[in-house]
Amino acid sequence: MIRKILEKVGGPWIFLIIVIMIYVFIAFLNTNEILNAISTFLKTFIRMIPVLALVFGIIFFSNLFIEPKNISKHLGKKAGVKGWLIAIFGGILSTGPIYLWYPLLSDLKEKGMKDSFIATFLYSRAVKIPLMPMMIFYFGINFTAILTIYIVIFSIINGFCVEKLLLKKGEKE
Amino acid sequence: MNVKKYKHAAVITFNSFKMSFPILVGVLLLISLIASTLPKKYLHLLITGNDILDPIVGAVIGSVAAGNPLTSYILGGELLKQGVSLLAVTAFIVAWVTVGIVQLPAESLLLGKKFAIVRNSVSFILTILIAVLTSITEIII
Repeated sequence: MIRKILEKVGGPWIFLIIVIMIYVFIAFLNTNEILNAISTFLKTFIRMIPVLALVFGIIFFSNLFIEPKNISKHLGKKAGVKGWLIAIFGGILSTGPIYLWYPLLSDLKEKGMKDSFIATFLYSRAVKIPLMPMMIFYFGINFTAILTIYIVIFSIINGFCVEKLLLKKGEKE
Repeated sequence: MNVKKYKHAAVITFNSFKMSFPILVGVLLLISLIASTLPKKYLHLLITGNDILDPIVGAVIGSVAAGNPLTSYILGGELLKQGVSLLAVTAFIVAWVTVGIVQLPAESLLLGKKFAIVRNSVSFILTILIAVLTSITEIII
């Protein structure tokens, strides 16, 4: 019975209900902290709306114009250097919080995007071009340049390792 | 104009939104809660000055913390001023963006549990490696 209800509600909504329950629980212990958290949530959510619109706009147009066979060609198993470059630069250029890009990546994964490219995309997001002046201000230009180069190199290593480990895990199971 | 094609793309996008929306709101609520409750001014107390332990501690704190990367730069800059090693601060700011413990449930739901666990574990290890290499390279240059 409970299982049937859970299946009907679905994982995403159960997750949200659990988070709301955590809020309610903490509200009994410390109302001020929860009010602060809600205020932070509302401010961030409003700031997030344009990025959310961008992400779902991309999902809409990718479903409209990009055929799954093209995704598998450029970002699938047989994709070469071009695939890595798309993943790296896509990650660097993507704005907003990381979790906003999960729906698009999930959509592209269904169409054939390789796990290694998704991991590379998510890792190369650590390079934040608009925030570079701030990083230079706090840590200096040498540090910023060195770190940026390492992040780009390691985003490829990350993608490669994730793919290999997932394949190994898949083989074992 | 192919109306059927537009309708199909809109339906897929709407379904994707319907599935992602509760996850995105849930993650944002969790991040807001952590941002409001994590006592950031005491972060430096967790870092001891040990070159082996510090990057690990930095990466752990960065993995749990979440929010705008700009905050990580400001906090990292403050930690440096308080005498925390560059090694620990680098691990902290890289882990902030690349490893997401708070986002893990969302990543698992949308990209697969195995993928999320493997990716975050690999990212955590590589973050420490990056911190070590960046510190060494900066000293050499």
